[in-house]
Amino acid sequence: MTITREEVAHLARLARVAVTDDELGKLAQELDVILDAVKRVGEVSSADVPPTSHAVPLTNVFRADVVRPSLDRDEVLSQAPAAEDGRFRVPRILDED
Amino acid sequence: MTDLTRLTAAELSRLLAAREASAEDVARAHLDRAAAVEHHVHAFLHLDPDDVIAQARAVDTARAAGEALGPLAGLPVAVKDVFATRGVPTTCASRVLEGWRPPYDATVVRRLREARAVVLGKTNMDEFAMGSSTENSAYGPTHNPWDLTRIPGGSGGGSSASLAAFEAPLALGTDTGGSIRQPAAVTGTVGVKPTYGGVSRFGLVAFSSSLDQAGPCARTVADAALLHSVIAGHDPLDSTSIDAPVPPVRDAAAARDLTGVRVGVVKELDGDGYEPGVMQRVREAIELLAELGADVREVSCPHVDYALPAYYLIAPSECSSNLARFDAMRYGLRVGDDGQASAEEVMAATREVGFGAEVKRRIILGTYALSSGYYDAYYGQAQKVRTLIARDLDTAYESVDVLVSPTTPTTAFKIGDRVEDPLQMYLADLCTIPSNLAGHPAMSVPVGLSPADGLPVGLQIMAPAMADDRLYRVGAVLEAALDERRGHPLLDEVPAL
Amino acid sequence: MTTKEVSTATYDDLVTEWEPVIGLETHVELGTASKMFCGCGTTFGAEPNTLCCPTCLGLPGALPVVNGAAVELTVRIGLALNCTIASWCRFARKNYFYPDMPKNFQTSQYDEPLCSDGYLDVTVDGVVHRIGIERVHMEEDTGKSLHQGSADGRIGGATHSLLDFNRAGIPLVEIVTRPDMRDAAVARAYVAELREVLRGVGASEARMEQGQLRCDANVSVRKRGETAFGTRTETKNVNSLRSVERAIRYEVERQVPIVSAGGKVFQETRHFDEGTGTTSSGRSKEEATDYRYFPEPDLVPIAFTAERVEEIRATLPPSPAEIRARLVAEYGYTELEVAQLAAAGVLGLVQETVAAGAQPAEARNLWMNQLAALANERGLDSAADLSVTPAAVAEVAALVRDGVLTPKLSGTVLTAVADGEGAPAQIVEARGLVAVSDTGELQKLVDDAIAANADAAESVRAGRIGAAGQIVGAVMKASGGKADAKAVRGLVLSTLGVSE
Ligand SMILES: [Mg+2]
Ligand SMILES: [Zn+2]
Repeated sequence: MTITREEVAHLARLARVAVTDDELGKLAQELDVILDAVKRVGEVSSADVPPTSHAVPLTNVFRADVVRPSLDRDEVLSQAPAAEDGRFRVPRILDED
Repeated sequence: MTDLTRLTAAELSRLLAAREASAEDVARAHLDRAAAVEHHVHAFLHLDPDDVIAQARAVDTARAAGEALGPLAGLPVAVKDVFATRGVPTTCASRVLEGWRPPYDATVVRRLREARAVVLGKTNMDEFAMGSSTENSAYGPTHNPWDLTRIPGGSGGGSSASLAAFEAPLALGTDTGGSIRQPAAVTGTVGVKPTYGGVSRFGLVAFSSSLDQAGPCARTVADAALLHSVIAGHDPLDSTSIDAPVPPVRDAAAARDLTGVRVGVVKELDGDGYEPGVMQRVREAIELLAELGADVREVSCPHVDYALPAYYLIAPSECSSNLARFDAMRYGLRVGDDGQASAEEVMAATREVGFGAEVKRRIILGTYALSSGYYDAYYGQAQKVRTLIARDLDTAYESVDVLVSPTTPTTAFKIGDRVEDPLQMYLADLCTIPSNLAGHPAMSVPVGLSPADGLPVGLQIMAPAMADDRLYRVGAVLEAALDERRGHPLLDEVPAL
Repeated sequence: MTTKEVSTATYDDLVTEWEPVIGLETHVELGTASKMFCGCGTTFGAEPNTLCCPTCLGLPGALPVVNGAAVELTVRIGLALNCTIASWCRFARKNYFYPDMPKNFQTSQYDEPLCSDGYLDVTVDGVVHRIGIERVHMEEDTGKSLHQGSADGRIGGATHSLLDFNRAGIPLVEIVTRPDMRDAAVARAYVAELREVLRGVGASEARMEQGQLRCDANVSVRKRGETAFGTRTETKNVNSLRSVERAIRYEVERQVPIVSAGGKVFQETRHFDEGTGTTSSGRSKEEATDYRYFPEPDLVPIAFTAERVEEIRATLPPSPAEIRARLVAEYGYTELEVAQLAAAGVLGLVQETVAAGAQPAEARNLWMNQLAALANERGLDSAADLSVTPAAVAEVAALVRDGVLTPKLSGTVLTAVADGEGAPAQIVEARGLVAVSDTGELQKLVDDAIAANADAAESVRAGRIGAAGQIVGAVMKASGGKADAKAVRGLVLSTLGVSE
């Protein structure tokens, strides 16, 4: 096993997905199979190979510091699950972070 | 009277310009066709006939008023539901975005509107573009018009199926690992993934930001070029957009010969897992390229073998971050907000219910690959493999102009066949992924039906960055020669629905 | 969870034997017109959610584009802090979920900061402390949460929250020091000096009361003479100069008894409470945070050439330390006066006031006496935090110099300016504060006062000139402060036929 049920549970918490117990077992099995396949990337010797994060080698793409119109608040809030006083209303927040 | 739905975009454009048909006629014909076949095909997630007619009438009014209109004016374009469309539902085929009406248009959609194209509707897809069969849609699968029991490819199966079912002459897709090309291959249509940065990603709901690319889907190479020329070009809203002239794709699509074109056949994209029927049609097409004047040779890109594992680390990693924003706070679905539950609990409950199995699988996989302690071995190493693949391709392009391979190893498989086996499903993108990793353009062009099952086969043509025109030249000449041999376009053989 | 650790010994007692080790992480909002990655405005106090677009709301499909001015300001800060500017660096995503963070990742920088390895010299009681700057990197601010249904808007006990994303995406720089500070007063002085640097290079107004400069303090303690560091805590939400010092002092007073009793300080995040001056443990998380940083694929790398960096360096103003030396030479201030101005955070403002036409002495007097007193009265850290511009102060100085306003009323006018009543001349006009300059009017006031204070007048006539004060006072009172005391005195004496 590359990945345990407990690890999957930890990952699911990090990713904020309330997976069920049944899913946990299934996910662990599936991820195990997938990880077994993708770990092949390690076969390639790459000591002096730079990683590619961007396919196109651009640099210094900047925007001028100019104010552009913002969205209409009513249009934005009309899409919110809940809104109040011009703000997004959300359930109580536990964490201070 | 001509069935307007059977015409190419180029032909429709000529009719409209000559005022032999109105945009409303064209729109109605396609709406009627959709009404007749959608219950079989299910290419669309959202289709609002009133809105379509209103857009078409506006084009007719503009034309009547003598406005200078471009070639796309009045042409219906089906839009993959991954693009933000202002005021029009945009779900990415996910429950988590059910009912979301974006307050803005994606840049490519804006360009379509500026070109006075008629946005026909939003097409079905694998949820958040993750899949190769459109079975991962939360709203039910799309069926392949060639055989309704089979998948239309994915993730952009809705767009390709709408073309093969003659519900639309043009469609927009996105391609992260093959989501334009593989559906094109299995539906007998043309699909192009432009150079990364060639078409704006602004408003394209991100799956894997460093791989995603919007592109055209059509029934002919020339039609794809027409759509490509309208959507491509620099966008200051996308930092990764290339500030350079659009490659001359329309001119290239008008080419008539291949004299002097050097074609490399990628040795590694063949062998186990490739259906003989597919390889037979691919080899015939390559022989035809040689007959048409191309200089064909075999090339080796050894690291291409590692493309699939690298992709299944990079794409899930980026997706785990990109999809974090679906948290029930500002838009979309919210589950479990009973006045007691915390924001954290509501987020987790919403994401559990709102995401399908494949999306969750990839989010968890990506979360793992980016975790401290695993990053170097997984995400970091995958990015190095990416470098090696790009180097292989660059080396190959020192001696050839384009590379070719099958687009996908098999023809359309049966709906349900691979849903329980993610790895099998992932194999569908074996040949298409290297171009995404390198940021290169690639096209799938139909090369006939597999003798084994009578289903379409696609040839993939690949080119270096910003040489998208080469795809169109090779694709157009090959298409013309095949049509001439056959005596008619391949899609004439699609069964009546 | 830690409950209250009661300590009786005070900081000043403890530090004879124990050495605090302090590092600061400071977040600064850059003073750009638009946000870090989108064109939304950055106006403080706008109606909620009116400065928002697809990008800063994290709407699906939206993409960021870097504000070039923010990058340049960051380079200016880096250069002013003697940092090396990276020849190539990238943004990275810091992944964690929080409702006021629209994308649930913060676009930040990770192992490739734009600026690194610098220092800032801080002088406290004549001793120079060199504080190492580990890094200066760019990132974006979060939105703001209003917690509802709990006592005084606290997160604990709230029933729900309301989110405003106007602040989301405002450009931030994070400035991280090395753990080089050994005293709370040095930490406070560092923040004050940093604020001067930020203002000097034009990067930020650095108004702490508007949250434009926010500190996290990393504090540990060790026995004097030891070389190994103790376990540190990170105290967040330290948002004024005074709080920096108080929070650190509190942490030292809390940690020393734990360590000296053989206990262990938990490595944790703590929150500073401005009201009580104490820190408290954050909710301990079940699992360590793993931010899963990776290079931001939606943004391309930044690569400034050495030439470009030198171009920017050439446009930097002199450092606050250089400016202080110059002020001693040019303005005739004493070193102590300059140090006081710097400590009060008004050094730059004083210079701007002089540049706007005030005399150095006038500028210093108005900022240090009138405005500093007002700021103090209002519980602000510094007169800089009042909404009073150098131009307005210079105007007040000119009004006094020109005899339009008496020195006595300059404070009244400045208070009105701070309250947004308008420009000084307007206020003087609107409130009828113009000095009594009409000699006829003044003579009448003097005559009335002499009549009402006949005894005093008699004494003056008899040569006891000191008695004139009573009459002058009466005139001043009658004029509502609008008469110039010196002029009144002269007039009283001449009316009574005596001379000094
Ligand atoms: Mg930070
Ligand atoms: Zn914005």
